[in-house]
Amino acid sequence: MCDCNCHEKYYEDTLIPKVGVITAITQETPDVKTFCVNAPEGGKLFEHMPGQCAMLCAPGISEAMFSITSSPTNKEYQEFSIKKCGQLTDYLHSLKVGDQITVRGPYGNNFPVDTELKGKNLLFIAGGIGLAPLRSVINYVIDNRSDYGTVDILYGSRSADDLVKLKEIEEVWKNVEGVNVHLTIDREQEGWDGHVGFVPAYLKELNFSTDKTALLCGPPIMIKFCLEALLELGFSKEQVYTTFELRMKCGVGKCGRCNIGSKYVCKDGPVFRFDEIDELPSEY
Amino acid sequence: MKKIAKSDLSKLFAAIAEGSELYLPVKVAGQTNFAPYTADAEVDVDTLKTVKSAKDIFFPQSENLYTCKTDEEKNISITPEALQNENFVVYGMRGCDAKGMEVLDKVFLSEPVDSFYAARRAHGTVVAAACGEPEETCFCKVFGVDCAEPVADVVTWTVGDTVYWNAYTEKGEALTAKLADLLSDADEKAVEDEKAKIRAIVEKLPYSDLSLDKFGAGKTMELFDSPIWEELYKPCLACGTCTFVCPTCQCYDIKDYNTGKGVQRFRCWDSCMYSDFTMMAHGNNRTSQMQRFRQRFMHKLVYFPDNNDGMYSCVGCGRCLERCPASLNIVKVVKAFQEGAGK
Amino acid sequence: MQELVNRAKALLADGTVARVLGWKAGEFAYDPEPAFFETEEDLKDFVYDGFCGANLSKYMIEASKLEGKTLVFLKPCDSYSFNQLTKEHRVDREKAYIIGVGCKGKVDVKHIKEAGIKGIESIVGADYPNPAETLEIKTLYGDKTISYKDAMLERCHVCKGKDHVVFDEQIGESADTVDAERFAEVEKIEAMSPEEKFAFFRAELSKCIRCNACRNVCPACSCRKCVFDSTKFDSAQKANTTSFEEKMFHIIRAFHVAGRCTDCGECSRVCPQGIPLHLFNRKFIKDINTFYGDYQAGEDIEAQAPLTDFTFEDREPGQFAERG
Repeated sequence: MCDCNCHEKYYEDTLIPKVGVITAITQETPDVKTFCVNAPEGGKLFEHMPGQCAMLCAPGISEAMFSITSSPTNKEYQEFSIKKCGQLTDYLHSLKVGDQITVRGPYGNNFPVDTELKGKNLLFIAGGIGLAPLRSVINYVIDNRSDYGTVDILYGSRSADDLVKLKEIEEVWKNVEGVNVHLTIDREQEGWDGHVGFVPAYLKELNFSTDKTALLCGPPIMIKFCLEALLELGFSKEQVYTTFELRMKCGVGKCGRCNIGSKYVCKDGPVFRFDEIDELPSEY
Repeated sequence: MKKIAKSDLSKLFAAIAEGSELYLPVKVAGQTNFAPYTADAEVDVDTLKTVKSAKDIFFPQSENLYTCKTDEEKNISITPEALQNENFVVYGMRGCDAKGMEVLDKVFLSEPVDSFYAARRAHGTVVAAACGEPEETCFCKVFGVDCAEPVADVVTWTVGDTVYWNAYTEKGEALTAKLADLLSDADEKAVEDEKAKIRAIVEKLPYSDLSLDKFGAGKTMELFDSPIWEELYKPCLACGTCTFVCPTCQCYDIKDYNTGKGVQRFRCWDSCMYSDFTMMAHGNNRTSQMQRFRQRFMHKLVYFPDNNDGMYSCVGCGRCLERCPASLNIVKVVKAFQEGAGK
Repeated sequence: MQELVNRAKALLADGTVARVLGWKAGEFAYDPEPAFFETEEDLKDFVYDGFCGANLSKYMIEASKLEGKTLVFLKPCDSYSFNQLTKEHRVDREKAYIIGVGCKGKVDVKHIKEAGIKGIESIVGADYPNPAETLEIKTLYGDKTISYKDAMLERCHVCKGKDHVVFDEQIGESADTVDAERFAEVEKIEAMSPEEKFAFFRAELSKCIRCNACRNVCPACSCRKCVFDSTKFDSAQKANTTSFEEKMFHIIRAFHVAGRCTDCGECSRVCPQGIPLHLFNRKFIKDINTFYGDYQAGEDIEAQAPLTDFTFEDREPGQFAERG
């Protein structure tokens, strides 16, 4: 054995996960569940910033990157809202409170809540499960309410049953001063008296003033049309942020698969401003 | 400067191997690759290019990261794999492969440091060999490699029946000191002549002066949508030969292997040429072989320089020129863009 | 060679074909690259010589999906692969215009380098249609020679015949190149003790780097999704920390192409680690010949293949087990 100190960093290696315990599960929609995750000894596994992601793994099944949907201001646990859509997510949906998974992270950059977004009027635009990363920012903003201007939340889903975190939206967000919530669903539905129509159309209808910074997340097609709508309303690309998702493995920009041009989504992203995206090749 | 008779190299290897693990080019079933030294190994230090580069000594094709066990109460425990903790020596690495380590360092030693790689780097002493007879497929000069005097802890030159030995670093000095009984003092003359001879041959190699001015940092938008890619990729069979013999390709996959007693998390070399490289539950952002082919060369010639102060992630070893089943290679790509610009 | 170019030009000009699958020059004297040509102008880069050894049949799978016919130049042995692919409905015969090119053996730079010749600057003597008996090689380290035969691909030494089994027209003469017994190597391995066999295959297969070149070049490996690419199995591609997987990969692959492999030798040609992969396939061919009568995959497009046919004379599994 030698007397080097390379083993000191050993357990810190970013590829070595921590064990996480699922401490609560909420069925949000027919195919979305929100999982609370704690360290086995209690408390949070790590600190993170809004927009960051973590690798969740069911050993032997698979591992994938998920955005952390809880706000850093939540001092008790981290939350992940996960849609059932593949091998790993099927498995995660089968888990019960008390079950363990492995978690590594946090990875990536974050929405610039403490810098560029500070003092700004904010417009959140989310579709379906795309609310997950934005919810972290929304709750951060609500918990630091005086640091930000007005808040508008435009959230849409296929149906009323597919709106994630509806309880929190109705009971918390709608009651915060200076926060306006605009919900919409794709098609008419019995019992729904709110707005009906796609998010981009509703966005134009609402005719937001351009004194806002927009944060956008949802299916790629929604992002495309929402960006067009925002530009039509007079927003500039410098005013619009989004978050990307590509195949990721390492989380630290080394394994080489999540790049768009010379940017790694796991490390340089997942949050990008649209004027930055313009400088990247269209391979996403 | 030290020296040893070529016929005494086996003694030298035995002496090195006594104190630490020694990796060197070994011929197995007709092919030479880096392998641990054993007394009955068929050592082959004359082959210019091992099939695989020396990179897998530091970044193995496959390595365990940790083992995950789940007990009866469904509690998970994680046991990380031990890091390299013994000193070892690599003998016979060529200048291009040594430069390849510099490229890998940029990836694995940048924050957050990859401790598995870092431990191997910290414990490895590299004895490089100057290339007495460079081949036509070599173009290391393009990437600033001087195969007459590689950058390593120790460099050796073979001149006739004599192997000259010169240490350049503390690690190299330490190894030299351990081998003092076998190495005798030598003057520089023969080595200086050999260097001059090698450099003169390098000047005659067909691609030593390949121009890279179409590539480099900041060229993404200029090159990405070029129609040249559509022409170039066609013969590509989508195998991973080029990536696996390459000293700088560092993309890896992380996978689980169920041993029955637990889950072994391992990482292994991956290839951007493979169709599942970027596939995920809801789609794939590179669906065609053209896109995958483009990724490999854009990464080496544009993206890597973008992120690493202009350093290319090619060292001109020429292995892809020798091994591609369809005669595709990085020289062809570079030339196509250089010429395409003139059309 | 000009004859090939002239025919290609004519067939492009009269609209018979939409493109030409042939060869263009590589970076050196010895590495021509399979290439598609779409215009007469493109054809100025067309080359054809003794180094054009790769089997172009596999490229016809993709070419079959394109609009219009593709002119392809096939050597006699390539035509077996094409036939087999047609039989398996992987290529569309109607989408191909085949010019069968005469063959006097193909050479590979691998064998030149194995002979210790390095720093190659130029090679003279590999011309089509009449290669020289000796290749004259200018190198950075002096002039060298090697006989054409010594530089030939393994498959040419045991050539299965110089007749094209499918073609639209033929160009050029062929010459017999056989100077070895096709199953000699297999017999050598058969004669080994189990321990020797195991040691032989372990040494060879331990070199495998799972680059998949053998699979991807193989005309019999035409599955749209290979089982080794499936993420649903533990067999999912790439290297594992146990070497067992590599062995399994090659053995499963050999079983999967058994009875369909035409013995084109591409697997061994492309293996970066020089593993004689063709020996697996040739062992199967030898056994098929022994048990079911001589059969050459790709020879006859209509014939029922022995492994997909049932007769009452078929050997019982027990007989194989007894034989070991």
